[in-house]
Amino acid sequence: MSTSTNGAAGAQRWKEMSKPEVGDWRVKGGLAQMLKGGVIMDVVTPDQAKIAEDAGAVSVMALERVPSDIRRDGGVARMSDSDLISGIIDAVSIPVMAKARIGHFVEAQILEALGVDYCDESEVLTPADNEYHIDKWQYKMPYVCGARNIGEALRRIGEGAAMIRTKGEAGTGDIVHAVTHARQIQADIRTIEHAPTEELMTLARDYGAPYELVVEVARTGKLPVVNFAAGGIATPADAALLMQIGVEGVFVGSGIFKSSNPAKMADAIVRATTHFNDPDMLAEISRGLGDAMPGIEANKIPEDEQLQTRGW
Amino acid sequence: MLDMIGIDSIEVRKVQQLSEIDGLIIPGGESTTIVKLLNMFDFVDDLKLHVESGMALWGTCAGMIVIARELADPYPTPINLIDIGVSRNYFGRQVDSFEAELNIKGIEGDPMRAVFIRAPIVQSTGDNIETLATVPATDDHPEQAVAVKSGRVLATSFHPELTRDTRLHSLFVQLAEDARIDENRTNAKRRLTEEPASKV
Repeated sequence: MSTSTNGAAGAQRWKEMSKPEVGDWRVKGGLAQMLKGGVIMDVVTPDQAKIAEDAGAVSVMALERVPSDIRRDGGVARMSDSDLISGIIDAVSIPVMAKARIGHFVEAQILEALGVDYCDESEVLTPADNEYHIDKWQYKMPYVCGARNIGEALRRIGEGAAMIRTKGEAGTGDIVHAVTHARQIQADIRTIEHAPTEELMTLARDYGAPYELVVEVARTGKLPVVNFAAGGIATPADAALLMQIGVEGVFVGSGIFKSSNPAKMADAIVRATTHFNDPDMLAEISRGLGDAMPGIEANKIPEDEQLQTRGW
Repeated sequence: MLDMIGIDSIEVRKVQQLSEIDGLIIPGGESTTIVKLLNMFDFVDDLKLHVESGMALWGTCAGMIVIARELADPYPTPINLIDIGVSRNYFGRQVDSFEAELNIKGIEGDPMRAVFIRAPIVQSTGDNIETLATVPATDDHPEQAVAVKSGRVLATSFHPELTRDTRLHSLFVQLAEDARIDENRTNAKRRLTEEPASKV
């Protein structure tokens, strides 16, 4: 192949000719497309990030404490220290996500400056704004946001989120709310899909969702962005359950590194997410994993202590 | 995308399924994860035999990294199905991902809109590699290949599956069609069904 003969002039010509667009919608949503069928794991150290990568995680979420510790410790949970995030970025070859508080757009600016590949505007951290979420269109960095129903999902997408995850109830190891939210979003989609067109504006009003996005859901029968499950996944069977219900991949928070054998649990959840429809395989995968994370029954948590009610 | 041009496709999750197909696409994703899963589920040896026997193969983005001969980065270890050296995340992290117009040899008409997401690049090519598209030099990097072909093996840095443009898919389907009527391939399919290299 010929080497560079035209240098900077060639670059300029290419840029003018092709008008490269950095960080636009397709590029942002495209990364989430590439994560489909995969597992994203919470990690709090570079060593944990390596374990996650070696187990086959498609991405890691860098944070200071996993949700079950945040729940136990109480107090205000904030964005992680820059050193921690940079250390994890340097440790792995897979994309790195990090959390900003709901509405805390300066934490988001910092994460973008650190080169974070995806920002989770997350209810697991203490909200910084009771009224407003971040205007996610202002960033080259793509966003994932939590949702419990179609209205919440489409509001976040309307604000620029390029990926949605169910909220579930983080840090409990109890799958019940993730299941509820995944089913709710699918039920809402079916309602929209089968509604006559004259009902769509009223549905948009009832859901509190942007009309244009409701119309798009009606036309395509699915969310306009990739939809993962999160919040309470603790075993390979949990991951496969959500996949069979119809999500496109899973986040595992406390479920890996609060289990008795994290490397083995991580590996098993990756396998189960790949072969989610194969009970024989799932039976093999579920052998000898040690103890899953200790759980809390999510239905017994009073509403004002739930994380999922943060944001709207 | 393939159904848009009337082609049947299956998701390959088990090694035995490689005998049911004429062409395999290893799509975008995370290359570290894909290589890990290929090894975990004992795919590598059979995949090599299928490609040697003439099955068409196309790796896009992460798929290109997976099938390369060598990689400039420590992870993952590619499985060497096409004689190219590749560098991961060549243009930078997600915030540096971009779209551009690309002229591709063998594709008629307007340039293709190419989506580069944490994209790799071809840094070196063996003797039998045909370069189909390059990105010109910039201040940061020399002119480099982003689409290459060798026999029935195709590799691209970008993601044609994220656009509605099926022209590269049609080019690949032609390679798979050649594989379908190739007698070596037909015999190998039968042989590998009876005696797979792996013991799955």
